[in-house]
Amino acid sequence: MSSKTNTRNTKVMNRFDLTSRLIAKLKHEEAVIGGIGNTNFDLWAAGHRPQNFYMLGSMGLAFPIALGVALAQPDRRVFALEGDGSLLMQLGALSTIAALKPKNLIMIVMDNGIYQITGAQPTPAAGVADLVAIALGSGLTNSAWAADEEDFERLVDEAMSADEPSLIALRIDDKPGVGTTRRDPVQIRERFMHGLGVRDPL
Amino acid sequence: MAIAEQQTSTQASSDKSWHGIVLQTLKRNEISLIPYVPDRVLTPLIKNLHADPFFTTFATAREEEAVGIVSGAWMGGRRGAVLMQTSGFATLANTLASLAVPYQIPLIMFVSERGTLGEFNYGQSLVCRTMRPVLDSLALEHHTITRLDELEFIADRSIKQAVTTQAPVALILNPLLTGGKVFDK
Repeated sequence: MSSKTNTRNTKVMNRFDLTSRLIAKLKHEEAVIGGIGNTNFDLWAAGHRPQNFYMLGSMGLAFPIALGVALAQPDRRVFALEGDGSLLMQLGALSTIAALKPKNLIMIVMDNGIYQITGAQPTPAAGVADLVAIALGSGLTNSAWAADEEDFERLVDEAMSADEPSLIALRIDDKPGVGTTRRDPVQIRERFMHGLGVRDPL
Repeated sequence: MAIAEQQTSTQASSDKSWHGIVLQTLKRNEISLIPYVPDRVLTPLIKNLHADPFFTTFATAREEEAVGIVSGAWMGGRRGAVLMQTSGFATLANTLASLAVPYQIPLIMFVSERGTLGEFNYGQSLVCRTMRPVLDSLALEHHTITRLDELEFIADRSIKQAVTTQAPVALILNPLLTGGKVFDK
């Protein structure tokens, strides 16, 4: 499997559009962890849900945080949205997830090949590495590039009933996020815990 | 092999060993998720945690990852703790300052202390000196445990304080408690 073949046939999509498509599919209070920067800005812009968690730092930890939620609540589907630059910071997490095999965890990688938010510098992986090949090599056998928006929705539907963790990689354009998350970490965490049924509001 | 290590290894099933007390204290406080990056001194604790089905115990590639996992688990209603050594703690400043502290997550860390009381690796002794300044710079609660008779009190009270005040805590397991790791070649 050649990475060039893989990515060349993959449509360049838009993060906000894809995030909105995902959110529209969530009917069972699925948890969504939004990685740092544009990834959670677009999650915020797609419409706040109490089951959304927005990261304001700790770059690279969207998948580990989602793994923790998935291990705590095995009956709830947990999505993690992560950028390619963020994922590159924590590639070891892919093997951890592959070893634990939480079937309720669905990882989505938004790959634009750049650190858009810091000035669009290319990542070290841009043009040379294939994130799906890395995921497969890390032991995540249910990993795929989405060919286009419809294929993404099909892959999400499959992942919803999969019996192993899923990773869906999306080639996206260089647009910034369309919203800005309110940077209030305590409220974000507290509302997320309400959304997961762990706590009641005061 | 250090004499102290041999002693701790043979005390694997004893509740009165330092690692037996840590395991029972975790269990009593319903802390069941234990990601770790291994350390020689922690080996008997890690082995016994793996052997006990109450715990979900697994290695992560980095300490940051383990912090992310227990943070997510806590928000999902399950308690966890991270095991690491001193040099691993040194990788955590960004994660502590941007996740555990501002989101008020009761992150429970057990740090096996290397770099002091007989350290043979210069790099370990240097990185050890960064640990307490980092903890103090974030005003993070931390205790250095040196005595077996104080271990249960400090660990149990610190875990309860972390949970009720929603604040991280670092419990530093000193070589006076564990025997540490000493030069053997």
